[in-house]
Amino acid sequence: MSKPSNEGFFWLLFSAGGVVAAVFLPIVLFLFGVAIPLMGRWISPPSYEHLLALMRSPLARIFLFVLCSLPLFHWAHRFRFTLYDGLQVKHLDEAIFILCYGGALLGTLFGGYLLIRM
Amino acid sequence: MTNLPSTEFHPRWYRAPVSTYWWMGSWRYSLFILRELTSVAVAWSVVIILLLLHALLKGPEAYTRFTLRLQSPWMIALNVIALWFLLLHTITWFNLAPRAMPIRLGGKRVPEVLVAAPNYVLWMVASAVIAWFVLLRTS
Repeated sequence: MSKPSNEGFFWLLFSAGGVVAAVFLPIVLFLFGVAIPLMGRWISPPSYEHLLALMRSPLARIFLFVLCSLPLFHWAHRFRFTLYDGLQVKHLDEAIFILCYGGALLGTLFGGYLLIRM
Repeated sequence: MTNLPSTEFHPRWYRAPVSTYWWMGSWRYSLFILRELTSVAVAWSVVIILLLLHALLKGPEAYTRFTLRLQSPWMIALNVIALWFLLLHTITWFNLAPRAMPIRLGGKRVPEVLVAAPNYVLWMVASAVIAWFVLLRTS
């Protein structure tokens, strides 16, 4: 690590993202990834207009922005150390750091852009 | 003492070499790596959400195309696997909370179950609210 003093900050993002991911992501993936595609005939899938109206409300935008950003930083931290420990590639430190946090930052910016334009 | 390499007066540091596949040796280690890999499912879920938002922004046709893509058997299989990993993350995360933050009341440590339980309640309530907004509420 080039700047060990930053580690606490990244750990805070990791743990905040871990909470958000633990509480909110399972139901979202269950609904949109499994339940609606599989049982769309029985549980009447949400219409385009309904979802658009839902996501345009200010509270939903804030919630979705948090939902898109913090879990990505959780991933960045955890995946970085999974690569270090699981594959023992500590020598690729900088490249992995840029890949993980760069990815999280890009996702956050993309989410923010989409939610502002929504 | 600093971690210097071997000198004239100090023998070479001995580090037992560890195989790259050390985590396959025991169930405990494998579970650790599985838990660490849950972060991939977390990132995957966020990607799905971003794609959904993108489709909503582009219009009704893009949204229909996106929902059709989610109906392909490969996508469903992938999402079921990701969901299992998400559940592993949720359960391990909630159960870790009482160990990361032991709460004491009157000099006695509150049992771990009691510290973890509110997390599960919060999880259920949040899930019910989201499901209600997405599926039932007619705007």
